[in-house]
Amino acid sequence: MSPQGPRPVTGDAPIIVVDARGLRCPRPVIELARVARTAAPGTVLELLATDPAAGPDVAAWCRMRGHLLLTETSEPAEDGHHSPVRRLRLRL
Amino acid sequence: MHPAARETLLAAIDAGWADPRRLHAEARRAAALLDQARAIIAADLGVRPGELSFHVGGGPAAIAAGLDGLRWPLRRRGARLVAGAVEHSAVIETGTCAAAQAADPDLLDLVPVDQNAQVDLAAWDRAVGAPRTVTAALQHANGEVGTVQPVAAAYESCLRAAVPLLVDGQASVGRVAPPAAYDVLVADAATAGGPPLGLLVAPERVRFARSGRREDVEFRRADAAVWVPLALAAAEAWRQTRAVAPADEAQSRELTSRLRSAVTALPDVALAGPDEERLPHVVTFSALYADGEALVTELDRRGLAVASGSACTSATLQPSHVLAAMGLLTHGNVRVTLPLAAVAPDRATSVDRLIRELPEVLAGVRADLGAVGL
Repeated sequence: MSPQGPRPVTGDAPIIVVDARGLRCPRPVIELARVARTAAPGTVLELLATDPAAGPDVAAWCRMRGHLLLTETSEPAEDGHHSPVRRLRLRL
Repeated sequence: MHPAARETLLAAIDAGWADPRRLHAEARRAAALLDQARAIIAADLGVRPGELSFHVGGGPAAIAAGLDGLRWPLRRRGARLVAGAVEHSAVIETGTCAAAQAADPDLLDLVPVDQNAQVDLAAWDRAVGAPRTVTAALQHANGEVGTVQPVAAAYESCLRAAVPLLVDGQASVGRVAPPAAYDVLVADAATAGGPPLGLLVAPERVRFARSGRREDVEFRRADAAVWVPLALAAAEAWRQTRAVAPADEAQSRELTSRLRSAVTALPDVALAGPDEERLPHVVTFSALYADGEALVTELDRRGLAVASGSACTSATLQPSHVLAAMGLLTHGNVRVTLPLAAVAPDRATSVDRLIRELPEVLAGVRADLGAVGL
C-alpha cells in the first residue's frame, strides 16, 4: 500500500518496494504510478501483488509509459491470500 | 432477439411443439418444420441440410461436439489439439481437460497471438505440423475484441499437415459472410438475432464421428434433440438478418469506426484489435487507472449496456485470457457489442450517447479511485 522506502541492494541503485498485496485491479497499478510520479528516472521499483491481473497489467502499463519491465516471479500463497504473490521489478 | 424470430417462436409453440421422431400427424408436421428450418440456414451457409446439425447449449455445445467428432476418427494418430491463444473458453477448456486427464500437457498447444490478437502464422504452421496433432481450432473472429483471424492461411497449414480445422464462427457467422476455408464450422443462431442455438457444419468430405454411443438425433452429431420451435425461431432470425446483412454491416462499421475514433481521443485509453481486419459490431478498449466493474455499472446506470473482460467483473476474478494474450491492459476494460438494427432500432443514438458520456464516466471512475494526475 505505501512504499517501504529505499532499500540497498547489490549494485548502486536502491529499489523501492510497493506492497499492493490484497489490492484488486486497478489498484496495484495505481499505487505503482503514485510512487513512480515522484521517483527519479532510472529508479527500480518492485511491486508485490496478489491480484492475478497484476502481471499482464504492469507489463501493459510499462509499455504505455515507456518503463522497462525487468523480472516477474511468483511465490506460493501466503496466509490470508488465496493467490500467489507476484513480484514484478521494473526500471523507470 | 429479432422481433420476427420472437413472433415465430411464439407461433411455433403451437405449431411445432411435437417430438419430430414420433409418427402421428403433429409430429410429422414438427419434423417437416424442422427440415425447413435446417434447409434455410444450410442454404445460406452453402451446405447440404444433412451437413448442418443443431446443438442445444449454443455455440459452446457445437464446439465440444465438433472437436470430439474430428478427434475420434483420428485417435490412433494421436490426440493433440492446436488452437489460437484467444480461442473461446469452450475450445481451451476442452483441450485443458483432455491434457489434464491424460497427464500430458503436450495434448494442448496454444499458439500465441500478436498485440492485435491475430494468430502467429509461422508458429501455427509449426504447431499443426507437430507429431500426434489431430485437430486444430481457430476463430473466424474473436467476439471479445473483434479481431478477424487469417483463417485461409491457417487452413493452408492444416491441409499440408493433414490436420482437420474447426473454424469457430460463433461471433461472426450470421452477421458477416461465413469463411470459405474450414473442415468443420461452428456458429450460433444468437449472433443472427435468434435464440441461442449451436450450429455445426460437418461436410460429407470430412471424417466425422462422435466418441461413445449417441442417440439417433441430429445425424448422431449432437448430444440431445433440438426443441423444434427453437430451430424455427433461429431460421427466421437467420433469414431476416441475412437479407439485410450488407446494409446492417455497413452501418455497424460506420458506427463502430466513430466509437473507435472517440475512444482513441480519451486520455490513457488503449483500443483493442486491428483497424481493418475486425468485426463490424465490436469495440473493446481498456482505460488505465480505471475499474472495469465501475465503468460497466456507471454506464448501465445511464442505460448503456456494455460488457467487460476485467478480472473484477468475472466470477473467478481472473482477467480475460484474450486481453492477457494480447498484452493489453486487462483492467478498465469495456466491450461494446452493437446489436442488430432490427433488435435495437435506436442503436445509432445509443452510440452517440456513449461517445458523449464516456469522458465524464471515465473521469468519475478515475476520481473515485484517487487516480488523478498520474
